[in-house]
Amino acid sequence: MKFGVLVNEGPFTHQSSDSAYQFTKAALEKGHEIFRVFFYYDGVNNANKLAEPPTDDRNLMENWSKLAEEHGVDLVVCVAAALRRGLNDDILAAGFRISGLGQLIEAGIQADRLVIFGD
Amino acid sequence: MSKLHTVNKSPFERNSFDSCLKHAEDGSAVLFIEDGVYAAVAGGDVAARISEAAGRLKVYVLGPDLAARGMTEDRICDGVSVVDYGGFVDLAEAHDAVHSWL
Amino acid sequence: MSDLPEIPPDDDEDFGTVKKFCYVNRKAPYGTVYALESLEMVLIAAAFDQDVSVVFMDDGVYQIKKDQETDGIGMKNFSKTYRALEGYDVEKLYVSKESMEERNLTTDDFLVDVEVLDRDALSALMAEQEVVITS
Repeated sequence: MKFGVLVNEGPFTHQSSDSAYQFTKAALEKGHEIFRVFFYYDGVNNANKLAEPPTDDRNLMENWSKLAEEHGVDLVVCVAAALRRGLNDDILAAGFRISGLGQLIEAGIQADRLVIFGD
Repeated sequence: MSKLHTVNKSPFERNSFDSCLKHAEDGSAVLFIEDGVYAAVAGGDVAARISEAAGRLKVYVLGPDLAARGMTEDRICDGVSVVDYGGFVDLAEAHDAVHSWL
Repeated sequence: MSDLPEIPPDDDEDFGTVKKFCYVNRKAPYGTVYALESLEMVLIAAAFDQDVSVVFMDDGVYQIKKDQETDGIGMKNFSKTYRALEGYDVEKLYVSKESMEERNLTTDDFLVDVEVLDRDALSALMAEQEVVITS
C-alpha cells in the first residue's frame, strides 16, 4: 500500500512530527511504500538544518533526513509556508526539498491513504 | 467504506474526543494517540462515553503513547484494544481513509 | 485580489483520478494560523479538478462569520477570500447545524452560501470522502 503523510507541526513543541516519524518507520518496516511526506504550517520547521537539540534526546531533523537517505522517502516542504517562516534552501536539511502545495494534493490523489499528524 | 478516526488530544483539553465520537459512523474505528490516550484510562463520564461508543465503533489506543505517560494497560477501560505503531499502520490499511481529529 | 494563488495550467495536474477530497475546518480564525493556511490549500487544490467539499464545524464555523475587522489586531483580514471559492469551482460548503446553533449563529451571519447539515447528515457526508484533510 502507498501512504502519504502530512505533518502540520514543527519539531518538539508538538508530538506530531514524532508520531508521523514513528508511523512512517512502521509502515516502511511492514513493506509499505511511502509516496511522500509533506510538511505544511509549522511542519516546515522540521527541515531546518540549523537546529541543535540536546544530544541526549532524539534529533527529529536527522531522523527525517535518514529516512530520505536510507529509504528514499520524498520529504517535501511547502514553499509558501516555508517563506512565511523564513525557511529556505540555504538552511534546508539533507533529504528535504521545497515545492508547492500541489505536491500534497498529488499525494492525496496518488497514495492509497493520506495520514495527517497535527495539533 | 469505513474510516479510521484518530484523536490526539486529551478529552479534558479539547473537544476533538467529543466531536469524533459524535460524528464517527457506525462500524468505523477510533484510535487514541498522543495525549488522546488519556481517554482510554480516564474513568467516569469519559469511560461511559467509550463504553457506549464501543457498541458501534471499534476503539483502540496506541500502547507506546500510554506507556510513555506512565499508564499501564490494566487501567484501560472496557471496550478498548491496544495497538502499537505497526497496528496503527494496519488499521490505516484496513479502513478506506484516515480522519485525524485535530 | 492580487493575493490569490495563480491557477497553474490544467495539463500539469491531469492525473485522471478524481477523488472526493474533504477539508474539515474545526478551528476559529486568527487565534491560530490554520484557518488561513488551510484556505490557501483549498484554493491551490482547486486546480486539480477533484471532487471537493469544505466542512465548517465546531469553532470552524467562525471562519466564515461576516464583518471581520482586523485593523485593531494588526493581522490581515482574509475572510473575503472565502468568497473566491466559488470562482475556483469549490461550491460544496457545509456547516454543522449543531456547531452553528450552539454558537448562536445563523446562516445570515455567514459570508458565503452554505448548506447546513445536522449531525447525522454531516457524519454521512464525511464517511463517504476518500481523502480527509484536517488542520
